Amino acid sequence: MPVWTEVLSLTWEHLGLVAIAMAVAIAVAIPAGIALAHRARAERWALGFAGILQTVPSLALFGFLIPIPMIGGIGKRTAVVALVLYALLPILRNTVAGIQGVDRAVRESAIAMGMTAGQLLRQVELPLAARTILAGVRIATVTTIGTATIAAAIGGGGLGVFIFRGVASVDSQQILAGAVPAAAMALAADGVLGWIERKFSPA
Amino acid sequence: MSAIVAFREVGYTVGGRCILRGLNLEVERGETLVLLGRSGSGKTTALKMVNGLLQPGAGTVWVDGQETTAWDLIRLRRRIGYVIQDVGLFPHFTVARNVGLVPSLESWPEEKVRARVEELLQQVGLDPREFASRYPRALSGGQRQRVGVARALAADPPLLLFDEPFGALDPVTRVEIQALFVELRRTLGKSAIFVTHDVHEALRVSTRIAVLKGGAVETLTTPAEFRQAKGKEVEAFLACLD
Repeated sequence: MPVWTEVLSLTWEHLGLVAIAMAVAIAVAIPAGIALAHRARAERWALGFAGILQTVPSLALFGFLIPIPMIGGIGKRTAVVALVLYALLPILRNTVAGIQGVDRAVRESAIAMGMTAGQLLRQVELPLAARTILAGVRIATVTTIGTATIAAAIGGGGLGVFIFRGVASVDSQQILAGAVPAAAMALAADGVLGWIERKFSPA
Repeated sequence: MSAIVAFREVGYTVGGRCILRGLNLEVERGETLVLLGRSGSGKTTALKMVNGLLQPGAGTVWVDGQETTAWDLIRLRRRIGYVIQDVGLFPHFTVARNVGLVPSLESWPEEKVRARVEELLQQVGLDPREFASRYPRALSGGQRQRVGVARALAADPPLLLFDEPFGALDPVTRVEIQALFVELRRTLGKSAIFVTHDVHEALRVSTRIAVLKGGAVETLTTPAEFRQAKGKEVEAFLACLD
């Protein structure tokens, strides 16, 4: 029978992994998406690459990263790197789609009225794309919460510790002690981010 | 050079297709020059060269005595009002913010922008108390285009560009807005270039008509002399009148 204090501390650790990974993924993918939105060729390459990353099975990706110097090794850092790689695609794709989805007439008017590139981005493209970008962040967050359970396989900690321990000892209570808080966390994240997303209703 | 806009031997080719070939045309101050032509005659392409949305592939376009390639395009565009068929109102801005956009970009004081927006909405026949705080989605097509016209006039630009602005409106609303346009032109004394494929509209709003064919001016005439003007394309458009 797992102890409550351990559930709490591993949940906290899990949340930390997800939070750091998402912060890095957002910081990379949103600016990258903005830069790629109007560059057709680069966009195809970047989305293709992020798409390939997505197809690597998660356990294998964690394994591949271990021998890489600087980012590899056993522990949290490697786990966070893998989670970031997974989270990139949905955010990148939605940022590109959101900006490209801005009505052509609206974009053309903005340019014709003498907006600079920066004003066009801040006053028109980003506000109109916000909802789509947030939808990408939401999908990425929910998947990352699930994927982060595998971090325990390479010593990254988090709720996966319960799950791997439970699988090894055929103890379903241990598995549930990891799976239930992870599922609850995913549902909560989905709810909160969905609520924020609706606040950005495209007028 | 007294003309506000001049095209000199302007050519433009895209994807191997020649859109403009040797276009020569001058727009005098205070006149409304209509570019009349079929789809593909190059009229929209020519219009977009005036505010630098496109640059000529050959020849030069002059605005206010300076080549468009020499203009700071941001400054140039803020001196030119632009109205297009799809209006392109910002859906996340209120009517007031849409109309006040260029004055805001030009950092006018907030009070002055608000007063200007009210004045403009009245000029285009929309009650500011009713419309200022609305979003574009809560407007009819005709109201949207009125806001589009108000937005183009906001910073009092000397030159206005219209790209088939009223083409998507129902006939009754179209005639109303055309009348508004003629009225505003008369009172404000702006220069305007107006692109259309509708010969009725051309006759109603213009002071001069340039009939475009194959990327060059075929006939240049006034609305009064249009029926007697020469040219194959003029005849084709005259056939639409009867």
